[in-house]
Amino acid sequence: MAIEVRGVNKSFGSTPVLSDVSVDVRSGALTALLGPSGGGKSTLLRVIAGLEQPDSGTVRISGVDATRLSPQRRNVGFVFQHYAAFKHLTVFRNVAFGLEIRKRPGAEIRRRVRELLELVHLEQFADRYPHQLSGGQRQRMALARALAVEPEVLLLDEPFGALDAQVRRELRTWLRRLHDEVHVTTVFVTHDQEEAIEVADDLVLLADGRVKQAGRPHVLYDDPADTFVMSFLGPVTRLDGQLVRPHDLELSVDPVPAGVPATVSRVVRLGFEVRVELVVDGQEAYAQVTRRTADRLGLDPGAPVYVRRSPEARGAAVAAG
Amino acid sequence: MLSATETAGPAAAAPGPAAARTRTRVRSGTALGLGAAMTYLSLIVLLPLAAVVWKSADQGPGFFWRAVTTPDAWAALKLTIGASVVVALVNLVLGTVIAWVLVRDTFPGKALVDLLIDLPFALPTIVAGLVLLALYGTDSPIGVDLAYTRIGVVLALLFVTLPFVVRTVQPVLLELDRDMEEAAASLGAAPWATFRRIVLPNLLPAMVSGTALAFARAIAEFGSTVLISGNIPFRTQVAAVNIFGQIESDNVTGAAAVSTVLLVVALGVLFGLDLVQRWGTRR
Repeated sequence: MAIEVRGVNKSFGSTPVLSDVSVDVRSGALTALLGPSGGGKSTLLRVIAGLEQPDSGTVRISGVDATRLSPQRRNVGFVFQHYAAFKHLTVFRNVAFGLEIRKRPGAEIRRRVRELLELVHLEQFADRYPHQLSGGQRQRMALARALAVEPEVLLLDEPFGALDAQVRRELRTWLRRLHDEVHVTTVFVTHDQEEAIEVADDLVLLADGRVKQAGRPHVLYDDPADTFVMSFLGPVTRLDGQLVRPHDLELSVDPVPAGVPATVSRVVRLGFEVRVELVVDGQEAYAQVTRRTADRLGLDPGAPVYVRRSPEARGAAVAAG
Repeated sequence: MLSATETAGPAAAAPGPAAARTRTRVRSGTALGLGAAMTYLSLIVLLPLAAVVWKSADQGPGFFWRAVTTPDAWAALKLTIGASVVVALVNLVLGTVIAWVLVRDTFPGKALVDLLIDLPFALPTIVAGLVLLALYGTDSPIGVDLAYTRIGVVLALLFVTLPFVVRTVQPVLLELDRDMEEAAASLGAAPWATFRRIVLPNLLPAMVSGTALAFARAIAEFGSTVLISGNIPFRTQVAAVNIFGQIESDNVTGAAAVSTVLLVVALGVLFGLDLVQRWGTRR
């Protein structure tokens, strides 16, 4: 394990932010700390980096107890949501900072910074100042700066949170490719489940300062520990007192085994998928079906249908609390 | 007072009659404002300054030079400029320390201290002189007698120039992105290296501005020094008091000559300050 967090507690004043948090991060993996705002994920990341001290518990990085080490001795790369660019230094000097602190020879610094700027596609911006860059460029500079010191782990705190939707999507695909290239153990914080599932090898879902579930993204999606995990990771609807994924629901015009009678209340066509809103036993529910299925069934508002959880559905159903 | 050069507001980029009209109106508004500002500045600042310079030269450059280099005027100028340099440097360091403490530390009574910083601005300087004389005069209750000494002069100047560096550095420090310091720490920089390489370069323009203003204020100071210094020629008489003395003895041209020297020094400092600020905003 690259990072082992054990029994960490942390409060700000009388407000507990982390309660008995234990997390393992695999070497070389890209792990997402996912959860709603205020769930403690950024604090956990800062505890790992040494920017916050835990009230109790331990943090081991590459097998070494780092709990009491100052941030500058942990050899972690940290990327901040708002870039934290050194605004009085050029892009080149920003990236070189960690190497200059380590008193590496000038020729080595120049070579290494060139390499990193190429890696993040900023080689032609070496002499610019941060305020002359766009948000996405600044964040790539920050990433190169963090990678320059060859950190044991790379920590990213909502790295794309301050960027607009399109740049965000581009950068997360790029981050995944970059990680496949450099293989440094990476932990990133996000509140966006789509981003986490798309980019990460492992997920740690944190809410109210506790780990709700950790594991591979598909495991959390298909086999959630509770209703919170299930509804946080993807769309859910209710059927027969259970939470199910709407794409796991099967509709038919004729009665089927285990089929529950329902009435179509609305049919919404969203591009390739069709959202069928239903009334089942006086309760509202909805199913996601393909356009073909919808056309075959000839669904219209007011039509009676039978609905059941598809026998082939991968995802579990969880008793609604 | 020291706001960075304002960038032009949102430009009326869209062509068309409406935009053109807006542009014309803005331009005529600007012309009116510019005219008013220039007239006001001329009446209040430029013309009186020009008059002083004119007056100082009306008996020829030889007289100007002799007026400035009379032993008492020369001593007063040297003391004033020397003491002001010392005062500016002390302010540079301690003003920054005070600003740092006010922004970064929490302690009981912080709000009160923050309020007190501006007191030297609000207090009539003669009152400041009186206060200093009461504490550090011949009847000093704490046994420190600085009356009629050069140290007393420096003390009075320190008192009246205290707010400048504090009040220029404080807002910059408040706005300073703390993430930068955390980033530096996680890149391996020890606290001192972080301060020197990250914090200081970002504070420097404000520190220099405050120091220059404190210096300019110190060379002009009259009220606070007049009591504690005793105005002993060649020893504790500052330039402003020397000018006053020359006018009292009807030597208006001599007074204007010494004034002109102070004016040139102050302008030089402000010019240098402007260069530093341009250099700062360029980055």
